[in-house]
This record gives sequence, C-alpha cells and structure tokens, in this order.
Amino acid sequence: MSIPVATPAETVHAAVPVGSKRKRHYGTHIFLTVMAVIWLIPLVWSLFTALRPKADTDKYGYFSLQGTFNFDNFIQAWSQGGFSRYFWNSVLITVPTVLLTLFFASLMAFAVSRFNWKFNITLLVMFTAGNLLPPQVLAAPLFEMFKHFNLPYWFSDSGNLLNTYISVIAVDMAFQIGFVTFVLSNYMKALSADLTEAALVDGASVWTQYWSIIMPLTRPALAAMATLEVIFIYNDFFWPLLFIQSGDRLPVTTAINNLQGNFLSNYNLIAAGAMITAIPTLIIYVILQRHFVAGLTLGSSKG
Amino acid sequence: MSSSTQTSAAGAATEAPARNRRVRRLTGRDRIVLGIMVAVPTLIQLTLVWIPTLLSIALSFTRWNGLDLADIKPAGAANYQFVAEDYPPFWPAVQHNVLWLVFLAVIATPLGLLLAVLLDQQIKGSKIYQSIFFTPVMLSLALIGIIWQLFYNRDNGLLNFLLGTAGTPAAVDWFGDSSVNIWAALFAATWRHAGYVMILYLAGLKGVDPSLREAAALDGANATQTFFRVVFPAMRPVNIVIIVITIIESLRAFDIVYVINRGTNGLELISALVIQNLVGEGQVIGVGSALAVILLVISLVPITWYLARTFNKGAAE
Repeated sequence: MSIPVATPAETVHAAVPVGSKRKRHYGTHIFLTVMAVIWLIPLVWSLFTALRPKADTDKYGYFSLQGTFNFDNFIQAWSQGGFSRYFWNSVLITVPTVLLTLFFASLMAFAVSRFNWKFNITLLVMFTAGNLLPPQVLAAPLFEMFKHFNLPYWFSDSGNLLNTYISVIAVDMAFQIGFVTFVLSNYMKALSADLTEAALVDGASVWTQYWSIIMPLTRPALAAMATLEVIFIYNDFFWPLLFIQSGDRLPVTTAINNLQGNFLSNYNLIAAGAMITAIPTLIIYVILQRHFVAGLTLGSSKG
Repeated sequence: MSSSTQTSAAGAATEAPARNRRVRRLTGRDRIVLGIMVAVPTLIQLTLVWIPTLLSIALSFTRWNGLDLADIKPAGAANYQFVAEDYPPFWPAVQHNVLWLVFLAVIATPLGLLLAVLLDQQIKGSKIYQSIFFTPVMLSLALIGIIWQLFYNRDNGLLNFLLGTAGTPAAVDWFGDSSVNIWAALFAATWRHAGYVMILYLAGLKGVDPSLREAAALDGANATQTFFRVVFPAMRPVNIVIIVITIIESLRAFDIVYVINRGTNGLELISALVIQNLVGEGQVIGVGSALAVILLVISLVPITWYLARTFNKGAAE
C-alpha cells in the first residue's frame, strides 16, 4: 500500500499513447516556466548577493551586475559566524535522534503489525495522533519538567536537563516515533504472514523474526524514513530554541536566527550564511531525492 | 504497561482464532521480548507527549511564574478569561491563524495540485520543474524566513527594486510593516507548502487506475470533467492527507514569524503567543498554557477526523 505508489508510474505512462497530447503543451510550458522562475528568484537572489563582496554592493548597489563575484563571503561567514561549531551541534543532535527513532519505531511497528492483540490499534492511534500535535502545546510542561529534573553539575552545567542535547534528542525522538511507527507498520503489514509463520514453526524467537526476517525486508522503508528524518531533525527550529540557552550549543537551523544580529546589516554575509545552512539539505536532496520523496509519499499513501 | 498488554494480547488471540499470528503460541521469553518492544516506545510517547499534554491542560487552570513548584496556585478559568478579554494580541492571532488556513487552503494547496496535474502529463523537462518546485520543501521554515527577508528588505531587497520603489519613500518594508507583513509571510509559506502538496499529489495521480480515465474518455468526458469527476475523487486517501496537512500546518505555523519578529507587530499567531508567555522574564505559565490548550482543542478536530477515517477503514479491511 505504500511502496507500490512509486511503481505504477511506469505503467501509467506506458499506457498513455505517446505523442497524442504533445502539441497542446505550449501554454503549460509557459505557465510552468513562469512559475519556476518565480520559485527560483528568492534562492537565486540570495546566492547572487552572497557571491558579491560588500564593497562592490556598497559601490554599485545591490541591483547591479558590476564588480567581482567570489566566495569570500562564504569563508568569512563560516569563520565569523562559527558555522563549524553549529554544524557539529547539528550532527550531535541529528544522528542519535534518527537512529533512536528508527530503532524504537521499528520495534513498535513490528509488534503492532505482525502480531494480533487487543490494544495495537489503540496504541497506533495514540502514536499517530501524538505526531500531529503542534509542538507548542507541549512546550510549557516539557520545559518545566526538564527544568525541575535535577542532575549533578558534572553532568549538566545547568544542573538540570535544560541546555543539554539530551532534552532536544528525547523530545525530537518522541515526536517522530509516532510518524515513523505509522509508516513502518503499514509497510510491515504488507509483508506476507508466511514469512514469520515459517520461522515460528522452526522455533525462531520473536527477536530473530524482527531482526533477521522483517528488518532486512523493511530496508527500503527504513532508508526512506532515515533520509526524511535527517532532514526533519536538521531543519527543526523549535525544540533547540526552547531548551538550549547557550548560543554556542545551538544547532545550525536555530543558530541562523541570530545571524542577522551577528552580521548586523551586512546582507552579503547573511545571504552567505543562509546558503551555507541550505547546503547539507540540498546535497541530501540531490543524492537521496528518491528516498526523500518515497518517505514523504509513504506517509500519505495510506489514507 | 507490559504485563497488561501481554494478558490482553493472549485474550485477543483466543477471540480471533482465524488469525495466524497468535500471541498465545509464543513462549514466555518471546512474550517478554514483545512486551518490551511495545513498552519502551509507549513509555517514551507517554512521558514526552501525552503526559505533557495533560499537564498543559492542568497548568492552564493555575497561576504560576515557573519558579518553585510550591508556588502553583489554582486559578480556575481566570487565564482563559484573561486571554479572551484582556490580552490584546489574542484575537489578532486567531484571525491570523484563520487567514493562514484560508490562504493555504485557497491559494497554496490548489496551486500545488495544479502543478502536480500539469507535471503528471507527459511533458518535456517534467523532472526539472519538479525539482525546482520541490527545493523549498527541503529548507527549514526558519531559513525560508531569512531568504525571504533578503528578498523583501526595504532598501536592498529585490522586490522593492522590481516594483521600482527601492530607495524611494514608497519603498515597503514587507516583513516590518504590520499592514502587509502577514501577506508577505504567507507568500513565503506558500513557496514551501505548494511544493509539498505537489509531490504528494504527483504520487496520488500516479496511483489512479488508468482504466478510469480511459472509461471516462470513452464516455465522452473532456479533460476537466475527467479530472474533477473521476480522477480527483479517486485520490480520496491523498485528499484527506492533504486536508489534514493544510490544517495542521496552519496551526503549527511558527518558525517563519518567529524568525521575522518573534510573532509581534502584525504577525501574531497563537503558537507564537504561547512561547512569548513562556520564555523571557515575565513568565506567565498559566496564560501560556491556556493558549496552548486553545491550540490543542482546535488541533484535535482535524486530528480526530483524520484518525477516525484512517483507522476505521483499516479495521474494516
């Protein structure tokens, strides 16, 4: 019900007689080209501004083609903005969150999709609903829970869970488990019951069924979810904003909020900083586009 | 948690002997493993999502500055009364959330559908167009706020230049002027939302049985009729998801306005007001929680609708 979404594409296109509609597409092309140009303008404008030295834009104005184009703003923004630190913070948050989310969600999905017991639908409903809540609904209690969760100072310099990566990882994970469980359970449900039935007759344990039979078969969905979740967590702005007070511990997406203050009104540097932040997601997009799109549509195909 | 699920699991197995995957046949050790598999994610979900939700409701009926737990005082419905009657940004925020929803529903979502329908035809460069429209979906809403800030800037932004107002007194500070900034933010949000809707509908369109279109064509339906009477209704599962995403996105909208001006001066949204009451010096946890509960109650409408459709259908199968 999920992966098959991608496959009928070929059959649909093969079935349509080629060339029968070709000539009527001029209007479509004009419309799409105009839209595509509009869509690209904000990005191209940022890139254009980022590539020009401040001295040139001061001299010729921002709306000009004169002057040089180079990557100096990127280099300056990188070092002056502290991007290496922010990127590392993003890695420290994103990698554990995605791994833990996939692990826990796959356990849950396996249990609710491969076994038949009373509350599995109830739990699945609860998991899915949790993912759809606006995060701001939980902000106050989570913030206060973490603030009153006392920890020794050698472990956390705030004396509690605030200002730690653990708080961001835990909440990001809890939020995403619902969505990933929903998608993976749909995928696992579609796998034949005979697979684990035969293993059960052979005396394979539940863990063996999960780890050696179901998980390898779920790999396409796991790859799609991993790609999607990396982007989701990397792009998460809100939880670090709420939990992390030290500016130098912020992940890059939240840190760019301070970019405008740090670079004053040097728009060339702000533009370069914005482009630097976009680079990781754009790289993932180019390399793993298929997984990303599959992940998004997996979530929606089962309505 | 785990012990209760195990006993009920065994009960369910006897009730449904037709199913192959019976828990009853499992060994004790397997049941424990299965119990842990369910219990750990469930505990995480309860502790970090559902208990906080309930606490939000509880806190909304109290007065608290967020410091000492002993200072929490019952306040009845006073916070709700304050929000509705004496809190100036509240009603503008509600209006902006409604506007956000209407704009996404009337402009952004149909635009995404239109792009999907056009790109689903066999046209040259379809993949390139798709990539362009989809690129903003990869970017965080915070980053989108910054990129559009560069575009909307009063003195150096491209938009004022294109309108010929750059450097003149007529130049508009699109994100700063409280009479236009909500619209400017909505265009930035549309930039992302339309691409998202497009990619979901492209998958949906490819899943429509081609024989449906052929049958409609044989019956003499034109392209528009075929789409609205046959193809669009056939995409019902995707339509439901898109409706939910559109509503939820408009309730969740936060990052863009927070990056622009923290959700003030024309950009008030309920989500941003929640945070304004929680962080900073004058912490008013009760008021923030009351706003959060209002947001929760509104959100539960589309969430319940979606879950009822999804899981009732699943149970019927």
